[in-house]
Amino acid sequence: MGTTEKIYFYPVWLRIWHGINALGIIILIITGISMQSSLDSPLIGFSLAVNLHNITGIVILLSYLFFFIGNIVTKNGKYYLIKAKGFFQNPIKQSVYYAWGMFHGSKPPFPLSQKRKFNPLQKYFYVLVMYIAVPIVIITGIALLFPELIIEEAYGFSGLFLTAILHSAVGFFISIFLIIHIYMSSIGKSPFDNFKSIISGWHHL
Amino acid sequence: MNSRLILIFSILFFFCSLITNAQSYENARQHQCLKCHSNQTYTFLNTVKGKEEKRLMNPYFILDTVAMTNGVHKQFDCTDCHSSEYATYPHNGNLKLEPLSTCLDCHGGDESFAKYKFDQIQEEVNKSVHYKVYGENFGCSKCHSQHTYVTTARNSDNVLEIVDNDNKMCLSCHNDMKKYKLVSGHENPKLVEVHDWLPNQELHFRHVRCVECHTEVIDSLMVSHNILGKDHAVKKCVECHTANSRLKASLYKYENLQKRSEKGGIHIVLSNSSYMIGTHQSPLLKLLSFLIFFAVLSGIIIHLLFRIFKK
Repeated sequence: MGTTEKIYFYPVWLRIWHGINALGIIILIITGISMQSSLDSPLIGFSLAVNLHNITGIVILLSYLFFFIGNIVTKNGKYYLIKAKGFFQNPIKQSVYYAWGMFHGSKPPFPLSQKRKFNPLQKYFYVLVMYIAVPIVIITGIALLFPELIIEEAYGFSGLFLTAILHSAVGFFISIFLIIHIYMSSIGKSPFDNFKSIISGWHHL
Repeated sequence: MNSRLILIFSILFFFCSLITNAQSYENARQHQCLKCHSNQTYTFLNTVKGKEEKRLMNPYFILDTVAMTNGVHKQFDCTDCHSSEYATYPHNGNLKLEPLSTCLDCHGGDESFAKYKFDQIQEEVNKSVHYKVYGENFGCSKCHSQHTYVTTARNSDNVLEIVDNDNKMCLSCHNDMKKYKLVSGHENPKLVEVHDWLPNQELHFRHVRCVECHTEVIDSLMVSHNILGKDHAVKKCVECHTANSRLKASLYKYENLQKRSEKGGIHIVLSNSSYMIGTHQSPLLKLLSFLIFFAVLSGIIIHLLFRIFKK
């Protein structure tokens, strides 16, 4: 392992953001599920779940702004750019590798390097989550905290109801992403290697 | 000949009864009981002193003759239920000790009153917190004044009128210290204070009957009579505000705005106990979310197994 090449992929600011974000998202998912199912467990009382969800939501909003600005002012943002060339083929190639190739001794189709931090499939998911899903839950979350901002009625449905549905549906999508994200992280040099990387900053190729 | 006599007597009897009824309530001054019991004061001949005396009437024994004229029992005279010995004054003290007829003495087990389900109501009352505290003394008349009772819920199509009428029955004691103390033995709690958790209290009180939250609802009775203790009262907003999402949305918005206007400041937004149920409000989305979750989970497990065994 010591002989393998390694790249400093994750600068300190990014690791701090990732840590806060991870913890926040997990709290939001747990409290979200507990509210969703109206569970009043002795572990997390209902009102505690509501308050924790609201406070963590604001923390995630701030941490998201930090991430967003960080990606503008540093070079890290360029890793999220999607090019038109190979828009469909590249992620499909990567999917085939995960489903077939990796069990048949194929090399990864998009090896990581200083220029490529994420494989195409990974990039698509990250962009989907960080630039579409998270902004949606943040905006709908703010709207639910200030319900007078929401339009009263849309297509015969209560605007508030639709906002709540969107908030929890996208929240669910993020939960699913988290499960896949954690699982995929175990596909590395060794099952725990990538987890070590996000703490130390160094990625082993 | 015989039938003609019966007819004449029947007509005579009918008119006589009409006349006595008219005397009973519409002309209280002529009525033997009401000439005293409909007034603040009464006059009687004190035979010991040998002169007329005027005294104050016990306010609880003053009857509202107008309400009696409209009540469901208007065709009955006082002595149909009370002892005929009350006809003399001073009343015989021992008469107080005699049990009065109860409602079920007339209404129980009678086919003509079957639709009112008096017997079932009595069973429910016997389970109620009132009966537990006051026993048989908590008869129907504690809430339904036998003198003036009118059926509102069955006849009125005005919800506000029904609510007002029904709630007055509860409030006649729960908003009256003396009457409340008679049954409970302690002072009545202030209704506004014990309901201070309830948003928009005044509106709820005007539009919702007390029994809606304070009884165990059973489908077979129009009004449930099993009044529960306060610990068993409905206190969760969602129990009423779930059937209609619009109602729930208005509830959420109301609570949120109310709390912020009361205390102000951004921290109220964060510590707002109101909440909104999202996708699980829609059964389809709920099912879909479970399907996606288990599909992802099984995908991961299969992939993991391949990684373990195929490498």
